[in-house]
Amino acid sequence: MSEQEFDFLVIGAGPGGYVSAIRAAQLGLKAAIVEKEHYGGICLNWGCIPTKALLRSAEVLELVRHSERYGVKQTTAVADLPAMVKRSRDVAKQLNSGVQHLLKKNKVTTFNGHGKLVGKQLVEVTSEKGVSKIRAKNIVVATGARARILPGMEPDGSRIMSYREAMIGEQIPDHLVVVGTGAIGVEFASFYRSLGAAVTLVEMVDRILPAEDAEIAQMAAKSFTKAGMKIMTGAKVSSVEKVDQGLKVTVQTADGPKVLDASHLLSAVGVVANIEDIGLETLGVKLERGCIQANAHGQTNLSWLYAIGDVTAGPWLAHKASHEGVMVAEHAAGLHPHSLDKSRIPGCTYAHPQVASIGLSEQKAKEEGYEVRVGRFPFMGNGKALALGEAEGLVKTVFDAKTGELLGAHMIGAEVTELIQGFAVAIGLETTEEDLMNIIFPHPTLSEMMHESVLSAYGRAIHI
Amino acid sequence: MAIDILMPALSPTMESGKLARWCKQPGEKVSAGDILAEIETDKATMEVEAVDEGIMAVHLVDEGTDGVAVNSVIARLAEDGEDIEVIASSASPKQDNAVSGDQTKDNNMSAHALETPEVSAEPAHVVPHQTGQTSKRRKASPLARRLAALHNLELVNIEGSGPGGRIVKRDIDKALAQPKSPVSQATQSPEPVTTAQAGETTKIPLDGMRKTIAARLSEAKREIPHFYLTLDCQLDDLLTARKALNSRMDDAKISVNDFIIKALGLALRDVPEANAQWAGDHIVRLHTSDVAVAVAIEGGLFTPVLRDVQTKGLKEISSEMKYLADLARKRRLTPDQYTGGSTSISNLGMFGIKNFQAVINPPHASILAVGAGEERVVSRGGQITSANMMSVTLSCDHRVVDGALGAELLQAFKHYIENPVALAL
Repeated sequence: MSEQEFDFLVIGAGPGGYVSAIRAAQLGLKAAIVEKEHYGGICLNWGCIPTKALLRSAEVLELVRHSERYGVKQTTAVADLPAMVKRSRDVAKQLNSGVQHLLKKNKVTTFNGHGKLVGKQLVEVTSEKGVSKIRAKNIVVATGARARILPGMEPDGSRIMSYREAMIGEQIPDHLVVVGTGAIGVEFASFYRSLGAAVTLVEMVDRILPAEDAEIAQMAAKSFTKAGMKIMTGAKVSSVEKVDQGLKVTVQTADGPKVLDASHLLSAVGVVANIEDIGLETLGVKLERGCIQANAHGQTNLSWLYAIGDVTAGPWLAHKASHEGVMVAEHAAGLHPHSLDKSRIPGCTYAHPQVASIGLSEQKAKEEGYEVRVGRFPFMGNGKALALGEAEGLVKTVFDAKTGELLGAHMIGAEVTELIQGFAVAIGLETTEEDLMNIIFPHPTLSEMMHESVLSAYGRAIHI
Repeated sequence: MAIDILMPALSPTMESGKLARWCKQPGEKVSAGDILAEIETDKATMEVEAVDEGIMAVHLVDEGTDGVAVNSVIARLAEDGEDIEVIASSASPKQDNAVSGDQTKDNNMSAHALETPEVSAEPAHVVPHQTGQTSKRRKASPLARRLAALHNLELVNIEGSGPGGRIVKRDIDKALAQPKSPVSQATQSPEPVTTAQAGETTKIPLDGMRKTIAARLSEAKREIPHFYLTLDCQLDDLLTARKALNSRMDDAKISVNDFIIKALGLALRDVPEANAQWAGDHIVRLHTSDVAVAVAIEGGLFTPVLRDVQTKGLKEISSEMKYLADLARKRRLTPDQYTGGSTSISNLGMFGIKNFQAVINPPHASILAVGAGEERVVSRGGQITSANMMSVTLSCDHRVVDGALGAELLQAFKHYIENPVALAL
């Protein structure tokens, strides 16, 4: 088979890869993409989107369950897990075909199969139809990551799960033990808790949501406990034993070992980069802590080879991958994009309550030597929050006292994942407290709390 | 009709100034004679007084804005019954049509964003803003503006890397990381040859006075063909006369410097060809003896001018000198108090300086550098004796004052110093 030639070839059609290919095509490069499984990658098919569909179902369930609080009488709400999962899969499917349509519309050539680097600027694609070779001036590795599997917690197709199995659960667990309390762990914990499962969170460090601001994480823990979850921090799973009716999970804690009788276990202890079987070794591509090493422009040690998204260093977020995808496409097209500023990447966790943040936490800012001004505004003081029946939550802002730079924003409560973009824009445009104070926020909205939090950092909050 | 407040010309040489402070905020009532603003000129801080009454409607130039051109509109007053909101909102488009875009500015712009204005004696003919060619207005993020202000960086010297050349935080960080001083780029002076970069240094921003001293004296030393005449004067009779005079005065004392001022004033009267200014294509002959005297102050110097020295007595000169020196130290001299004259006196005698050459302060034709009065061994008629002596050096602008003329002036000066009785004539 003859070689095909392109200007720009991407391996992996996740949110990093397909965005990168489309951006390259927009810039006039002849672009192609190789995907072995799902267009849209984990995000669309097994991650962000389908979990949001599930969590929406849980939210509706909670709402119906508590409808009398809102003056609506109804009969008992019943969770139908298979129907929830079906809805979630339908949403994923719809988006998956949407991505293929976008690639086609932008004249990106697609190759279905397994892509592997076999030489300089050369990729071999293996599919059911056979093997073909593609030559490209620039190649992007966007192969993503997969769940980290700890020994003794390998998914077994029934009781021990990774996010992938948890997403298509067939039955509501009696008692779910969630190992790891990052975004993925607490989202599934929230989902299954809403459906009625007993849930125990096990976290190795001294608090849940270790990446978040301590005050926010503490509020989340309180809220989860109130919802009926059990939380074990400073705890490590030492063994998982399968017994007749479930699992015996042994957890090492400061007070000695404890044994949990669980029906199911979800391992959510992070991800590992997909660096195997794509030809990195033969070309001598440099790795760093299990990820591909890339410079500020996404270039690997080979100037024609880029790496983006989860296959490189974290944070492991779809929007970070997409941003890098655009960056490397522009770099390959001879433009001069700016390198990614990791302090400006927002993060969202869709548990109940939601958590969203950007930039430095209060503690981190202090550790970095900033003299900080911290603003806080509680949901309790916001009219719209009370009207929604969502009086729990906090909007916290961290400013550099010297320059008025917004160093970070941390939120917990209803819809905060939709609010955080406001602070992302503010930080991106480098506004200072003065500008934020002067902006008119619409009433009645939850966003007023963002304004009040900024005012509060300077002792000017009105509604508190 | 709204009343335009224009940037006043506080001196004949003033091309632009810094709007140091607004004293009337929008909405405040203004009566004739009220102080509207403080302007830092090339020499001093001045107050702008209101001529009309009304209500301050809008500031068109922010506080701290440097390089505001003379005659540009800096604010508008609302007259009785006018809506200040209307005036304020209509202010921006009008201002683009005013004299020059560069000489006004929109309210959002920080002081640092404004370039040095196009210099023109006829502001009405300055290229309008719309051409964009003279505009160096810099787009910058609010954070970048604040960081620049905190670190005394001029935005005009910073390359913006954001969208459309917007200056963002990383550009400020980059500028701060560079050892090269952006201030030296601003004034386009050669990079200072220094080894101090290895150690710790402190950057001193230039204030209006320092900028003027740098600009005027560089120009003077470059342009003016200086030559220097030195002479020794015997002071004994002057000192005797001074003692006699002061013994008759209770309060203030007449200083040696007062004698020197008077002597130079009379010398100018006696040698009128030397009482002149250089004006480019002609020479201006003065008919009164107006003598400037350099007064050192914190951070620089001023040269207030004593007028009609030829007609004034020593006592009057003395008290006027004290008054002007006091104003100078407070930076409160008005331009008419420090402009004009044909010569200056720079006296470093109090520091024990024996003799030196001063730089002419344009448009003056000369400057007299006065050294210390001291007892020296002299020979008088073959006899070695001692006398109180003082060396003076006259720097002359050869375009106005030739060697013989300069010598004549200095001779006349020496005559009055050595024969103080003649001062009384």
